[in-house]
This record gives sequence, structure tokens and C-alpha cells, in this order.
Amino acid sequence: MPEPHELALWGLLAMVSLATYVWRATGVVIAARIKPDGRLSQWFTCVAYGMLAGLISRIMLMPVGILAHTPLVDRLVALGCGFALFVLCRRAMIPGVVGAVGIFMVLAALRGYGIL
Amino acid sequence: MTGWGSLARDSGFTIGVAVTSTATVWGLPGQVAAAELYAVGAPLLAIALASSMANLRFFPMSLSLLPLFRGDPASWRWRYVFVAMMSVNTWAVTLRNGPSLPIDQRGPYFTGLSVTCIAAGVIGTAAGYHLAGELPFFVTVSLIFLNPIYFVFLFAGVRARNGVLALIIGTVLGPITHWLSPEWGLPFCGIIAGTAAFYLDRGLRGADA
Repeated sequence: MPEPHELALWGLLAMVSLATYVWRATGVVIAARIKPDGRLSQWFTCVAYGMLAGLISRIMLMPVGILAHTPLVDRLVALGCGFALFVLCRRAMIPGVVGAVGIFMVLAALRGYGIL
Repeated sequence: MTGWGSLARDSGFTIGVAVTSTATVWGLPGQVAAAELYAVGAPLLAIALASSMANLRFFPMSLSLLPLFRGDPASWRWRYVFVAMMSVNTWAVTLRNGPSLPIDQRGPYFTGLSVTCIAAGVIGTAAGYHLAGELPFFVTVSLIFLNPIYFVFLFAGVRARNGVLALIIGTVLGPITHWLSPEWGLPFCGIIAGTAAFYLDRGLRGADA
């Protein structure tokens, strides 16, 4: 028999899962009613890109949680180095990601050990 | 998802709830909002609302993904399951590669991709939960940093002009609208950036012709 605290957690999980699924399902209901290649459908793709770009840029510039404990300059330097690698490697994704996270980890480690 | 596992443990989630949430919510910003509010003892309804708002992006995403499956009745039947498996990653990859696949192969492609990603996410969550507090700070924080960085380079590969415009405008606008209103900033950012990009692209197309 799980403790009451754990039961409440599972209840919360059910609510949170449902609260997220509502958005996904609403998308289905409306997608079935509009033209697949029509203007409205293209507009929604643009809105999705705009929302995701806004979310990522907010996380990079104004993070919450443990990323907020790192200096902005470290995040931007790492991103810049990643982009340089991305362009040098003919727009290949992996070098960009590995480069940016690698530089970031080195900077965070140097700060952690008081070298930087 | 490894970073999520650590955060969930610090917030007082049990491992069962932490791992299950990765598969059933499958949207990191909403999971993080739920864990952080739970840790400070917010009312359950408030937690559900806040995490729902944080995952609002799934609405336009599912709307723009589904037309890919519209013409295939075998896939279309699974549409409510497909949107439950959709993440930013599988959405972006399928949006890029889906149109060049034969229509009857798009459903299986998306399913395989999504199931793989969910399985990896579940394993990552469990690993992060067990490793919480054992890894040095610079490793944990870099794992969290991997998430936005991955998406930056995923979207750096977008080619469609209206998509590129929406990404650029959204990047500039996101922090501003968030600063104006942390709750409503994101949907407004999406609507403004998306609409501006849509009409700019149409205007440029007129100029091209």
C-alpha cells in the first residue's frame, strides 16, 4: 500500500499528463478540419517555430533552475564556438552540438575549480 | 532527460513518478514547472495549469505535423496516439524528412523515431535520478545545457524561408515577451513571430515572382 504522499504524486502526474495532452489533442481536432497544405496550416507551422525559437532563446538568455547559476558570457561563448564549428563543418549538426557543450563544460569546470 | 531525473529527485518526486512522467507528459518545460511548483508546495490545480501553459507549444506543433499523415487511412487512424508521442525533436525531424517519404511510410517512420526517443528519455530519467548529487556541478549543468543547444542546431538546419524567418523573429522576441509576461509571453511570441514570418514570406514571394 503506497503512502498518501505517493498517491497524491500519482494523482498530480495524471493531471499534468492530461493537461499537456489536451493541447496535443486540440491540434488533432482542428487539423482534421483545415486544408492540409492550405495557408492556415502553414501559418500554424510558423507559429510553432516562433514559439520554439522564443522558448530556446529565453532559456539561453534568462534561464531558471541550475543554468541560472552559470554566467551569461559562458553560455554565449559556447554557443558562438558551436556555431563556428557548425559552419566550418558545412552545417553539420553534431560538431555544433558537441563543440558548444564541450566548451561550456570546460568553462564550467574551470570556474568550479576556481581557475577562471 | 538526465537533468530532469536529477531535478525530479531534488523536488521530492519518487522514481516511479519521475520516469512515468517522461513517457506520459513527454514535454520537459511542463515537467520542470510541475516539479518546481510541487517542491514549494503549490496547490495541485495551480501546478496542473502552470505545466499545461508551459507545454502549450504542442498545440501548433500537432496541427502542423498531422497533415503529413492525412492521406494515409492506416496512419490517420492513429493520429491521437501520434500526437501523444510527439516531441520537439521528433516533430522537427519528421517535418523535415516526412514530405520526401512515400505517404504510407511516414507513420511507421514517425512511430519508430518517437518510440526510440521515448525509450532513451525514460532510461535517461532513471539514470539522472540515481546519479543526482553524485555528479560534479559542471557535469550536471552541461547536461542541462545540452537540451537548448541541441534544439538550436536542430533548427539551424531549417530551410523553408517562412520557418527561418519565424525562428529569427522568435529568437529576438522570446526574451522580451517573457520579460513582459512570464505566463503569456510564449504564446504571444509565437503568434507575433509566426504571423510576421508568414506575411513577410508571402510578400517576398510576390517580389520574387
